[in-house]
Amino acid sequence: MNLQELSFREALRAAMREEMEKDPQVFLLGEDIGVYGGNFNVTKGLQEEFGKERVVETPISESTIVGMGAGAAMTGLRPVVEIMFADFITLGMDSLVNHAAKFHYLSKGKVDIPMVVRLPSGAGTGAGSQHSQSFEAWFCNVPGLIVAAPGTPAQAKGLLKAAIRNNNPVIFIEYKKLYDTIGPVPREDNYIIPLEESYVERKGSDVTIVTWGPSLHVVKKAAGKLSEEGISVEIINPLTLYPMDMKPIYESVKKTSRLIIVHEGQKTGGVGGEIAAKIAENDAFNYLDSPILRVAGKDIPVPVAKPLEDEMAPGVADVIDAVYKTVGLS
Amino acid sequence: MSSLTNEEIKDLLYNMLKARRFEEKLQEMSRKGQLYGTCHLGIGQEASGVGAALAALHDGDLAILTHRGHNQTIGMGADLSVLMGEMLGKEQGCAGGRGGSMHFFDLEHGNYGETGVVGGTYPIACGMAFTQVYKKTGKAVLCCSGDGSVNTGNFHESLNIASVMKLPVVFFIENNLYAMSTPVENTMSVISLSDRAQAYGIPGMTIDGNDALEVYEIVTKALEYAKSGEGPFLIEALTYRQCGHSKNDDQCYRSQQEVDNWRQEDPIYRLSEYMKENHLATEAELYELERKAFDDVLVALNKAQDMDEAKVQNVDRFVYAE
Ligand SMILES: Cc1ncc(C[n+]2csc(CCOP(=O)(O)OP(=O)(O)O)c2C)c(N)n1
Ligand SMILES: [Mg+2]
Repeated sequence: MNLQELSFREALRAAMREEMEKDPQVFLLGEDIGVYGGNFNVTKGLQEEFGKERVVETPISESTIVGMGAGAAMTGLRPVVEIMFADFITLGMDSLVNHAAKFHYLSKGKVDIPMVVRLPSGAGTGAGSQHSQSFEAWFCNVPGLIVAAPGTPAQAKGLLKAAIRNNNPVIFIEYKKLYDTIGPVPREDNYIIPLEESYVERKGSDVTIVTWGPSLHVVKKAAGKLSEEGISVEIINPLTLYPMDMKPIYESVKKTSRLIIVHEGQKTGGVGGEIAAKIAENDAFNYLDSPILRVAGKDIPVPVAKPLEDEMAPGVADVIDAVYKTVGLS
Repeated sequence: MSSLTNEEIKDLLYNMLKARRFEEKLQEMSRKGQLYGTCHLGIGQEASGVGAALAALHDGDLAILTHRGHNQTIGMGADLSVLMGEMLGKEQGCAGGRGGSMHFFDLEHGNYGETGVVGGTYPIACGMAFTQVYKKTGKAVLCCSGDGSVNTGNFHESLNIASVMKLPVVFFIENNLYAMSTPVENTMSVISLSDRAQAYGIPGMTIDGNDALEVYEIVTKALEYAKSGEGPFLIEALTYRQCGHSKNDDQCYRSQQEVDNWRQEDPIYRLSEYMKENHLATEAELYELERKAFDDVLVALNKAQDMDEAKVQNVDRFVYAE
C-alpha cells in the first residue's frame, strides 16, 4: 500500500476532497467552513478548491443546517454537514432524529438520505461542559442512523469515505483530541474502511478490550505495559458503533473469557452498557470467567480546569486497574 | 447630555478600564501559555458590555450573558479575583474551575452567567422574565447576545413569546459585525438586525455601541419600558471586536486596515476624550483611574494565584442539588 503520514485532520480533509472530486453531488455545509476552514481547520482550503457552491457556509442555524442537509440528500445530493461542536447537534435533533432517520422507513425504502453529519466531540481541549460532550450513545438509540467513530488517521479517511458513499444518514464522531495525531494513511482514492465491520486492533489471549476513538490510544498504551507483565490483551475497535458488528467481539470473548469496555463518553447509558448486554444475551456469556467491566467517562458535565477534566476521562491507570481486577490480580 | 453624574461617568470609565486591563492580562497570560482552555475576549466592546451591565446593575435587574461576557460580568460588579481564580482553575473561582472563561457567574449581582451556546440566552431570559412577572418583583432581565445569534431558532421563538406574553426583557445584541469569521452581511438580508424586532411587534433600535453613555442611557430606558408592562425591547449595539474571536484566530477573514480603522473608534478612548472636552475629568484624574484599574487587576491576579487548585475529589459535586 502506498502510505503517507497525515494528521487525523488532514486525513478527513483528504477523504472529503477525494469524494468531492469523484462525485459532483457531494458538497459541504456548515458554519465558518470556508476561509476559516472550520473551527478545527478540517475543511481548510476546500472552498478555495471547490468554490462557494460546494463548500457552503451557513448562519448559526443548526436545526436548519441538519434539516437542509437531509432535504438535499432526499432529493439527490450527498451533503457532508459539519456541526461546529457535537454539543450543538442538540439544536438539530428534530431534523436529525424525527426527519432524517425516518424518511427511508416511511417511504417504504423509496427515499434515501445519504448525509454525513460530522461531530467534533469529546473533552481534552479545556472547552468545558457545553463544548466537550460525547453523544454517540444517544444516536445508537435511533434506528435509521449509522454511527461511526474513527480512532486513527487511516480510519478517519477510510471510514469517512465509506460514510459519504453510504446511502443512510451517518453520524461521524470525530474526537477533537485526535485531530493533531499523526499516522500512516493509504493514498489510494479507493481506500475504504467498510462501515459495520469491527476491527481487531491487537491480538491477545487473556482479556478482550472493546474501545474506540481516543480511548483506543489509552488502551493500546495500557496493553503495551501489561504485555511486559505477561498479560496479553486483545483490542477490538468496532469503528461503527451502531449497528455494531458483534461477531468478532463474541469470538474474542470466547477465547479470552474476559471483557472490558473502555470509552470516554459517560458510563451510565453509554455504548459500553449495550455491548455488555449483548454479551449477556449471547452464548459468549457462558465463557466469561469474571464480571464484565466498563471503564468510561464519569457521570458529570465536563469541567474546564485541566486536573478536573483529566479526572473525567478514563486514563491508562484506570484501564490497567480494570485488567488486574478482571484477571484476579487486585 | 447624560443623566449620569460626574462621579457616575467616572465609575463607568473605571469599570471599562478594569475590563480592558483584565482582558489584556488574560491575553498576555494566554500568549505565555499560562491559561488552559478556551477564552473569548471583548476588547473594543467595553462601551456595550460594561455600559449595558451597569444600567442593569443600577436598576437592580438581572442578566444572562454569552461566551463573550467578561465586560458584562465586570460591569455588573463581580470580584476580579474570583474571575481570575476561575481562569486559573482555582477552587475559589466562580465555578471552582468547572467553567472557565465561557462560564463566569456572579449571582450576588443578579448575573446568571455566561452560556457558550449561541442563542442560548434567549429562552432562558424569557423564563427569568416570566418569574419577575409571576412574582411581581418589578425587575427586568437583560438578555445579552451577539449578531450571530439572530439566525438561531431560539431568537425567533423567544422574541415572539416575549412579545405575546409581554415579558420584561431587553434583548441587547452586540453587533460586532462578525460571528467568528462570518460577516453579518453573509447571514442576514435586512440592513440592520433591529429591523427584525418589528416582525414580532417589539420596538427595536440600533445604537452606537462604542458610545458608553448612549448605551447606558438607552439600556436604562429600555429596562424601564420593559418593567412598565409594555413588554420586551430590542437594542442592537454596533461595535467591533478588536481582538481575535478566541485563542486561535489568525483573523484571515478581515483586513488589518479594517481593524485599525475601528481602533480609532475605541470606546475607552472616546469616553476619555469626551470627559476631557467637557471638563468632567482632568488628565491627571483619568491617569489615576487608569492606574487604579491596572493595580486592581494585578491585585486580583495575586489573590487568584494564592487560591487552592480546584479539588479533584470535588469533581462530581454540584451535579445535583444537595
Ligand atoms: C449553537 C452554536 N453554534 C455554533 C457555536 C460556535 N460559536 C461560538 S461563538 C460563535 C460566533 C458567535 O457570533 P456572535 O453571536 O456574533 O457573537 P460574537 O462571538 O461575535 O461575540 C460561534 C459560531 C456555538 N457556540 N453555538
Ligand atoms: Mg458577533
